[in-house]
Amino acid sequence: MSIFVDIEKNLGSFHLKVKLEAGDETLALLGASGSGKSMTLKCIAGIEKPDRGRIEVDDVVLFDSEKHINLTPQQRHTGLMFQNYALFPNMTVLQNIRAGASREPDKKKREAAVTAVMDSFGLTPLANHLPSQLSGGQQQRTALARILVSNPRILLLDEPFSALDNHLRFRLEQEVRQTIADFGKTVLLVSHDRDEVFRLSDSIAIVNDGTIEAFGTKAEVFARPQTRKGAMLTGCKNISKLECLGAGQIRATDWDMVLDVPMVSPDTRAVGIRMHDIRPGQGKNGFRCQVVEEIENPFSYTVMLKPVNSACSCPIGWEMEKYVWQKLRAPEVSVCLPPESLLFLKE
Amino acid sequence: MDWFPLFNSIRIAAISTVIIFFVGIFAAYYIAKTPRLVKGVLDVFLTLPLVLPPTVVGYLLLRVLGPKRIIGAWFLKVFGLKLTMTWWSAIFATTVVIFPLMYRTARGAFESFDETLAYSAQSLGLSNTYIFWRIRMPYCRQGILAGTVLAFARALGEYGATSMICGYTPGRTATISTTVYQLWRTNDDGMAFRWVLVNLAISFVVLLAVNMLEKRTGRQKGGA
Repeated sequence: MSIFVDIEKNLGSFHLKVKLEAGDETLALLGASGSGKSMTLKCIAGIEKPDRGRIEVDDVVLFDSEKHINLTPQQRHTGLMFQNYALFPNMTVLQNIRAGASREPDKKKREAAVTAVMDSFGLTPLANHLPSQLSGGQQQRTALARILVSNPRILLLDEPFSALDNHLRFRLEQEVRQTIADFGKTVLLVSHDRDEVFRLSDSIAIVNDGTIEAFGTKAEVFARPQTRKGAMLTGCKNISKLECLGAGQIRATDWDMVLDVPMVSPDTRAVGIRMHDIRPGQGKNGFRCQVVEEIENPFSYTVMLKPVNSACSCPIGWEMEKYVWQKLRAPEVSVCLPPESLLFLKE
Repeated sequence: MDWFPLFNSIRIAAISTVIIFFVGIFAAYYIAKTPRLVKGVLDVFLTLPLVLPPTVVGYLLLRVLGPKRIIGAWFLKVFGLKLTMTWWSAIFATTVVIFPLMYRTARGAFESFDETLAYSAQSLGLSNTYIFWRIRMPYCRQGILAGTVLAFARALGEYGATSMICGYTPGRTATISTTVYQLWRTNDDGMAFRWVLVNLAISFVVLLAVNMLEKRTGRQKGGA
C-alpha cells in the first residue's frame, strides 16, 4: 500500500514539478493557495493530465507518459474529496452513497455495503434528506461515507475543513482522524493550515511554486523547515536576512543582531526563530530589548522587541502565556535566542 | 371552424422542439469543451439565425432545399421527394430558427455547472453517460427547461421562414401564424381574431406552465 508520484506539468507561467512517495500513512501537502497542491491531487485522480512522469498507487500504474498509460478517473479507484464535498444536489443522502457503491456489481452486496457505511457514519436517520438540508458536518460525513463505500485505494482530501465554521472544525477533525485510522491506507491531505496538518498527518511535504521544498516526518519538517516559505508555512513569523561573519557568527540584518550559531551551509540566506522559542533572561545570544508593541491575544501576549540602540528594521515577536508577561512586563527586557532554536533557511 | 392550423402548428413545433432539444444540448456540451477560437467562430455561426430576419433564413433554406438546388435536387432524384411545400418542410425552418435559443440557454446552464460534481462522480466510478444524464442534466434542469419552452413557443409562432418554405395551403401546410396573415389579407377579420385568441391562449398556458415548473423546482432546491 503506497503511492509514488513523479510528475511535471506546464500551465503557462506556472510549472508543476512534484515528486513524492508515501506508505500507509497520512502525507500532508502544505502550501499556500496557488502553490500547486490541489493540481497535484487532480493529477493523481486523473482529472488533470501531467505532461510527463509516472503515478503509481499500490503498485498499479495509473499514469506513465513513457508507456502511454493514462487510466481514466473511473479506473483509478482514488477517493477524492473536494472542499465543497461535491454531493450531488439532486440526490438524497442514500442516493448519493448508493452512487458511490456503483462499482459493486452484486446488488445484495451493494445494498449491504451502503447500509453498513450509513450506519457507521450515523447517517441512517438522514437517508432521505437532500444535501441542502444537511449541516456542514453532516455533509462532510456523507461525502466521506460515499467515498469509503467505493473502496478507494487511496484517500485524497482537498482542504477538508475550509468550508466549515471554526467551532465545527475541531470536532470534525477528530472524526476525520478516526476515519483515516480505520481506512489504514495512504491518505493525501491538502491544506494550508499548519495546525490541522500537524494534528492529522505523519509526513509533510511543503509545496511552493509548483515544487516540493521540504519533505519529511512532521517532526523534522517543523523542526527544520529548510526554506523561507517552509518556515512561514509551518508558522515561523520571525525571519531575517543574514550575513555570515565567519567564526561561528552571523548578523541578522533585519533585526540588527549578531548571533552565535553552529555551522551554517553557504546557501543559507535567512535565519528564523519561532515566537515562542525566545527565552527571557540572560544567556547565549542575549539582548537587551526595548518593547515596541504589546499585543494581547485571547490566551497569550505577543510582545514586539527591538534591541536597544539598534538599527533593527523589523521587530521580533515573542509570544508567551499571559501570566508570564504579567510578571515580566517592563519597557525594556532581556531575552535570548537559543542557538538550538534558530532555523537556518534557504531562499 | 377548421382546426387544422392548430394541429399542424403544434405538430411542427413539437417535432422541431424534440429534435432541437437533443441537437442543442449536445452542441452546447461539446462546443463548451472546444478551444477558445473554435468556440468563438462556432458561437457566431450558430447564433446567427437568432439575429437574422426569418425571411433571410427562409431564403437561405430555399437556396439549398429548393427542387433545383443541391440538396433539394438530390432528394428529388434519389427519393422522388420534394423537400419544400409540404407540411413537414416547416420543420426545417423552425429547427433552424429555434436552434440558437436552445443552444444559448443550454450553454449558459452548462457553464454554471459545478465541475467538481463531475470529477467526484468520475472518481467514484460512475460512467460519463450516467454523469451527463443523472447529475449534469438535473443540475442544469431549470436552464434547459426554460430553453425548451422558449424554443417551443418560438416554433409555434414561426412565420417568416415557414411561409417561404411551405407557403400557405389550407388543410395542408397552413399554420396558425400563416392562417392569421392569410385571413387578415382576405379581409376575414372575424376568423383572424379567433385565431389570435387561440394563439394568446396557447402562449398563456405555456408561460403559466413555465412559472409553475420554476416554482416547484425552486421549492425542491430550497430545502429546510
